[in-house]
Amino acid sequence: MAVLLLAEVDNGALNMDATAKSVTAAAKLGDVTILCAGERCADAGKEAATIKGVAKVLVAEDPLYGHRLAEPTAALLAHLAADYDHIVAPATTDAKNILPRVAALLDVMVITDVSGVVDADTFERPIYAGNAIQTVKSKDAKKVVSIRTSTFEAAETGGDAPVETVATAAAPGLSEWVEDHVAESDRPDLTSAGVVVSGGRGVGSEDDFALIEKLADKLGAAVGASRAAVDSGFAPNDWQVGQTGKVVAPDLYVAIGISGAIQHLAGMKDSKVIVAINKDEEAPIFQVADYGLVMDLFEAVPEMTEKV
Amino acid sequence: MKILVPVKRVIDYNVKVRVKGDGSGVDLANVKMSMNPFDEIAVEQAIRMKEAGNADEIVVVSIGVKQSQETLRTALAMGADRAILIVAADDVHTDIEPLAVAKLLKAVIDEEQPGLVLCGKQAIDNDMNATGQMLSALLGWSQATFASKIDIDGDHALVKREVDGGMQSIRVKMPAVISVDLRLNEPRYASLPNIMKAKKKPLDEKTAADYGVDVSPRLEIVKTAEPAERKAGIIVESVDQLVEKLRNEAGVI
Ligand SMILES: Cc1cc2nc3c(=O)[nH]c(=O)nc-3n(C[C@H](O)[C@H](O)[C@H](O)COP(=O)(O)OP(=O)(O)OC[C@H]3O[C@@H](n4cnc5c(N)ncnc54)[C@H](O)[C@@H]3O)c2cc1C
Ligand SMILES: Nc1ncnc2c1ncn2[C@@H]1O[C@H](COP(=O)(O)O)[C@@H](O)[C@H]1O
Repeated sequence: MAVLLLAEVDNGALNMDATAKSVTAAAKLGDVTILCAGERCADAGKEAATIKGVAKVLVAEDPLYGHRLAEPTAALLAHLAADYDHIVAPATTDAKNILPRVAALLDVMVITDVSGVVDADTFERPIYAGNAIQTVKSKDAKKVVSIRTSTFEAAETGGDAPVETVATAAAPGLSEWVEDHVAESDRPDLTSAGVVVSGGRGVGSEDDFALIEKLADKLGAAVGASRAAVDSGFAPNDWQVGQTGKVVAPDLYVAIGISGAIQHLAGMKDSKVIVAINKDEEAPIFQVADYGLVMDLFEAVPEMTEKV
Repeated sequence: MKILVPVKRVIDYNVKVRVKGDGSGVDLANVKMSMNPFDEIAVEQAIRMKEAGNADEIVVVSIGVKQSQETLRTALAMGADRAILIVAADDVHTDIEPLAVAKLLKAVIDEEQPGLVLCGKQAIDNDMNATGQMLSALLGWSQATFASKIDIDGDHALVKREVDGGMQSIRVKMPAVISVDLRLNEPRYASLPNIMKAKKKPLDEKTAADYGVDVSPRLEIVKTAEPAERKAGIIVESVDQLVEKLRNEAGVI
C-alpha cells in the first residue's frame, strides 16, 4: 500500500514532532511518501527526508501554498491522490481544515483524529470527548486519515530519502491570506512539551496568570489553559487544552484552578502523571489526578515555584 | 442574502456518556439531547447578521431522526425564519456521516441558493470536524473554518480563524461555508413568547430519498469501547510532599 503524508510545514519550517509522529502511524499502512507544500519548503523537504521509514519526499513550492489555505492545498492532494491508497496528515488545525475537503473531492469519508491503527482499513478514534473509543472499518477505496499525534511516538531520524519536486496543481482562487497573529515564545510547544502547566478560571485574572507562567518556566514547561480561562481573557486561544482545543500527553501535566470538566479531560487525560491543585476537594479533576493538592493556588503555586 | 445554518441534535454536553455493555455504541435512550453547542453559536451569528442588515432570511436544516425537529424548533425560537428537517434514520443511535450530510446539504443549497452557510466546527458526539469542509468542496465554494470573528465586506467575508499558532485572518469570496468556533459569540436563550411564536414558523419535512442521496455509511462501526481508566491517585498534604513525590516517586521533575 502507498501512503501520501502531508507534512506540517509552517512558514517554510517543518514541524518535526507532528510529522515524525504521523510517520509512525502511517508506516503501519504502507510505504510513506511525504509531501511538503509551501511557498518555500525545500529545507523542510530535506529535513523530512531524514525521518526513518520514509520512502520519498515530494516538495511543492509555490506562493499558492504559502499559508496552507484549504482550497489550493486540497486541490494539490486530490491531484496527487491517484497514486496512493491513503492520504494522511497530523491532526493539526491546518490538516483539520484541509483533509475533509480532500476526502469530499475524492468522494470518500474522512477518518479524523485517529488514535490507533488496527490495519490498513481499520482505525480507532475517540468520540464523545474521549468518553468512548470507536473502531471503524472503512469501505472506501482510498482512506483519508488525520492522526492524533499525542498517541504515537515520533519516528527516529537518520534516514536519507530521495527528494523530488512536484508541479503546482489548480489555483481555485477562492480565498486570500490576510495576516497571522502569532505570539512568539521561547517556551516549548504545547503539543510536544514534556511538562505542561495549565491554569483555569480559578486563577482569576490575566495578571495572576503570571503565577502559572512562572511555575512553567521553572519547570521548562509549556503553558496551557482551560476554555474558561481563555474565554475570560486570562490566556490566548492557542493555549486551550481539551475536546475543542489541543490534545496533549506530556510526562507531567499540572492542572491549577481547573475543575476537570469532561471537555477539558478530553485534552489531557492521557498524560503520564497528572497533578491537580484546587481548593475544592470535590473538584472532578482529582478523580484523574495521580497527585492531588487541596489548597488555595495563590499559596500553593508560589511555594511550589520556589521549591522545584 | 439568505443564510443557511445546519444544526445537529446531539447528546447534551453535560450528560455523562455511557458505552453500551455489548460494545455496539453509546446509550442514547432516554438521555437529554440538545442542539450541538457550536450550532447554537452559528445560529446566533446568523441572527446577529440579520439584525445588522446583512441578511434577510435564515434557514435552518437538520438531518437525522424525526426528533431533530425539536432542535429545529429551538433554532426557530432563537430567531431563524424557516426550517427543513431531512429524516434519514429511524433509530436514535444511527449517526449520519459528514459526507452524506454534506451531500444532502448540497442538494438543499442547490434549491435554496443561500449566499452563506454557517455551520459548527464540530459535532460534540462524533467529534468529526468535517462537514463544513466537505460541503464546501462539493459546492466548489471557499471555506473558512474555526471562525472567531466574521465581517462581511461586499461579496467577500473577512474571517479571523483560531489556529494552532494563534489566529489567522483570511478573506474569502462569497458564497462561502464558514464553520464557527467557541469564541465567536454567546448564543441567546429563546424567550417564552419566541418559543410560542416558533411553533407557527414553517418546518418542512423531507427524506433523504427526496434528494436522491444515499446515506449508507462508508465507515462500518466495528465496536465502541470505554477508554482506559486511570488508576486512582493520592491526595498529598503539602507542597513539600508534592514536590518530594514528583521528584522521587514519579521521577518527572
Ligand atoms: C462545546 C464545548 C466545548 C468545550 N471545549 C473545551 C475545551 O476544549 N477545553 C476546556 O477546558 N473546556 C472546554 N469546554 C468548557 C468546559 O465544559 C468547562 O466549562 C471548562 O473546562 C471549565 O474551566 P475551568 O475548570 O477553568 O473553570 P471552572 O469549572 O469554573 O473551575 C474553576 C476551578 O478553580 C477552582 N478554584 C477557584 N479559585 C481557586 C483558588 N484560589 N485556588 C485553587 N483553586 C481554585 C475551583 O474550585 C474550580 O474547581 C467546552 C464546553 C463546551 C460546551
Ligand atoms: N446531521 C446533521 N444535521 C445538520 N447539521 C449537521 C449534521 N451533522 C453535522 N452537521 C453540521 O456540521 C457541523 C460539523 O459536524 P461534524 O463534521 O460532524 O463534526 C455541525 O456543527 C453542524 O453544523
